[in-house]
Amino acid sequence: MMSYTLIILILPALMFLFLGLCGSKMKPVVAGTFGTFGLTVVTVLSYVTAATYFFSIGKTGGAYQTIIPFNVEWLRITEKLHIDLGIMLDPISVVMLIVVSTVSLMVHIYSLGYMKGERGFQRYYALLSLFSFSMLGLVVATNIFQMYIFWELVGVSSYTLIGFYYTKPSAVAASKKAFIVTRFADLFFLIGILVISFYSQTFDFASLTSPTGSILGQPIGATFMGVSVISWAMMLIFIGGAGKSAMMPFHIWLPDAMEGPTPVSALIHAATMVVAGVFLVARMFPLYFFGAPDVLNIIAYIGAITALFAAIVACTQTDIKRVLAFSTISQIAYMITALGVSGYGGEAGLGYMASMFHLFTHAFFKALLFLCAGSVIHVIHSNEMDDMGGLRKYMPITHITFLVACLSISGIPPFSGFFSKDEILVAAFNKDILLFGCLYFCAGLTAFYMFRLYFRIFWGENNKQYEHTPHESPANMTIPLIFLAALTCITGFVPFSQLVSSDFIPFQTHIEWSIAGLSILVAIIGITIATVMYRKENNIPHRVAVVAKGFYTSAYHKFYFDEIWFFITKNIIFNNVSKPIAWFDRHIVDGFMNFLSSSTNFVSRKIKVVQSGEIQDYTWAFFMGALVMIVLLIFV
Amino acid sequence: MSNIPLAAYLAVSTVMFFAGVYGFLSRRNMLTILMSLELMLNAADLNFAVFNKYLYPGQFEGVFFTLFAIGVSAAETAIAIAIIINIYRNLRNINVDEVNKMKF
Repeated sequence: MMSYTLIILILPALMFLFLGLCGSKMKPVVAGTFGTFGLTVVTVLSYVTAATYFFSIGKTGGAYQTIIPFNVEWLRITEKLHIDLGIMLDPISVVMLIVVSTVSLMVHIYSLGYMKGERGFQRYYALLSLFSFSMLGLVVATNIFQMYIFWELVGVSSYTLIGFYYTKPSAVAASKKAFIVTRFADLFFLIGILVISFYSQTFDFASLTSPTGSILGQPIGATFMGVSVISWAMMLIFIGGAGKSAMMPFHIWLPDAMEGPTPVSALIHAATMVVAGVFLVARMFPLYFFGAPDVLNIIAYIGAITALFAAIVACTQTDIKRVLAFSTISQIAYMITALGVSGYGGEAGLGYMASMFHLFTHAFFKALLFLCAGSVIHVIHSNEMDDMGGLRKYMPITHITFLVACLSISGIPPFSGFFSKDEILVAAFNKDILLFGCLYFCAGLTAFYMFRLYFRIFWGENNKQYEHTPHESPANMTIPLIFLAALTCITGFVPFSQLVSSDFIPFQTHIEWSIAGLSILVAIIGITIATVMYRKENNIPHRVAVVAKGFYTSAYHKFYFDEIWFFITKNIIFNNVSKPIAWFDRHIVDGFMNFLSSSTNFVSRKIKVVQSGEIQDYTWAFFMGALVMIVLLIFV
Repeated sequence: MSNIPLAAYLAVSTVMFFAGVYGFLSRRNMLTILMSLELMLNAADLNFAVFNKYLYPGQFEGVFFTLFAIGVSAAETAIAIAIIINIYRNLRNINVDEVNKMKF
C-alpha cells in the first residue's frame, strides 16, 4: 500500500549521485533540467500521496492513522532495541512532504535563472538534490534515530550550500559557523536520544509518542538532580531542535548563513531545514505534553523571547537578506511558542495545529520573500538597502509578489499569514497572557520591519541612479514568484484543523474575531508607522535612531550575541579547557609515543654495527661459533 | 705405502683446511680468498678419499665423490673468477672490504 512513496526518497538520492558524478561532463542547463525534472516527479508523487492519505485511506473511525508503507531493520542493537529505516505517513509528515517538495521545486526552477552562468552550476543542483533527499527523509522518518541521521544530512548539505561560493572567505566562515553551531546543539540531541531510548527501550515514534506507550504507560521514577530523566531527555532533544531552528541562544548561525546563494536561503534557511526543530517538537509532542510539561513551558518562553528579540533586531538591519533571516527566526519562534502553549487533543490542541499551520503558510510566503529578494539582488548586485529604492517601476512582478508576501507575514486578511498567526495568538491567549502580549507586540514589529523593507526596496528615492537600468528578472525566476504568491493567497483557506491535530482527530476552528481584530489593528499600526517613516525619504528614521541611541546600537549589533559567544568560546573554553587538553595531548600522549619510537631508533642504531656487510666478519663469527660448538660437543 | 697411518693423512688435511680458513679470514684480495676456499675444499676431498681407502677398501664411492666434488668446484671457480673479473673491470678493485658499492 502506497509503496510508491519510496520513490519520493530514492529519486533525489539517485539524482544527487548522478549529477554529482556525471554533472561535470554535461552542460549546465542539462544538469539543471535533470534536477528540476526529478524534483517535479517527487512533487507530483508527494501531492498524490497527500491526496490519497487525506482523502481516501488515512482516516478510519474519525481519526487519522499512521501508515508505514515501507520499513526495514537496519541495525539491531539489543533484542528490543533496533534502528529501522522506513517511511511513516501521518498528517504532519504528509504536510511536510508537500511543503518541502513544493518549495524545493520552486527553488529548482528559480535557480535555473538565478544561478545561470555561475561556476559549479551542476554541483549546485547535485547539492540541492542531496538536500531535498535529506529533508524528505527527515520528515518521513519512522524512528528518532533515522530522523537523527537525516538531521545530520541536512546539516551537511546546508553547510555545503552556504559555502557554495567557496572562494569567498566570508561564505566559508559562515558555512563553518552554521555547521559547528548546529552540530554543537546536535550533540545534546544525540544525548537526549540515548537517554530516552535507554529508558524506553525503543526508537520508534509510534511507541514513543503513543499516550499509553512504553515510556508514558509505565512512568519512570528515575530522576537526575531532582528532575525526571524524561524531562532531561526532552530538554536535550529540544536543544537539538533549537540549534537547527535558530532559537536563542543558537540563532547566531542563521544571519550569517545568508552568505549562500539566495535560492538556498529560501529553501533551507527559510522554509524547510530551519523548521526541522518545530517538526521535531511536534513529532515528539505527546511525550512533551504527558512526560515533560515543564519543558514545554520552557519551550514556550524561549520561543516568545526569541520572537521578540529577532523582531527587534530585524528592524535595524540594512542587509535585506539579514532582515529576512531575523524575520525567519522570529516566525519560527512563533511556531515554537505555539507548540509550547498547546494542549493535547481537540480544541486544547489548538496551538499544535496552529504551529503546523503557520509552518505550512510561512514556508510559502517566506520562500517567496527570499526569492523576491533574490530577484532584486540579481538585478542590483547588492544586498544593501541603501543601494535600492524606487524599484517598483522597473520590476512590477517582483514588486507585487513581494507586497503579497509582506501583507501575508504582517497578518492582513485574506492572505495566509493572517489565518495561521491568528490561531497562534488565540492559543497563546488561552494559555498565558504574558506570552500573548509578547507575540502580539511582535506581530506589530513584524508588520513594521517588513514594510520598512518593502518601502526601502521598492519606494523611497524614485529617481535613484543605477549603473544600468534595472529590469524585470527572466521568466524562470518570475514564474515561481507568481506561483508562490498564488499559494500565499489561497493556503490560508485550507481547513487545516480538519487535517492536522495533536491527536489526529479533526476538529473545528473558527476565527476569533476579537483577537483577529486586535492583530489586524496592530499590523495596520505597524504598516502605518513604516509608511510614514520610509515611504518618502525623510529624516524620521535618523531622529528615532538618535533618540534611542543605546538601544538602537545594541539592536544593530544583534545585542552582541556573536561577541558573547566569541568571548565564551575563545577566551573561556579555548584558554581554560582546550589549551590544557592540547598540552596533555602534545606532551603526555604524543610524548609516550615519541619515547617508544625514539628508543627503538636508538637500540637499532646500536645493533646495526653487527650487520656490517663484511663477508669476512661473518665468516669469522661462523667459525668461532663452530669451534665453540665443537669444543662443547667434545668436552661437555 | 699402505702402512702410512690414517692419522698422517688426517693431519695433512687438517693443516690444509685451517690454512684455508686462515687465508679466507685474513686476506682481502678476492682471488686469494678463492684460493683459500679451494684449499678447504681439497682438504675435504682428501678426507673422502682416505676414509674410502681405510673403511671400505675395494669400493670406489668415496673416490668418485671426490672426483665429482673437484668437477663442481672447478665450475664454481670459473663462475667466481668471471664475477671477480667483472667487478675488477667496473671498479678497478677486488679487495673484498672495499667493494661495497651495492651494500645499501
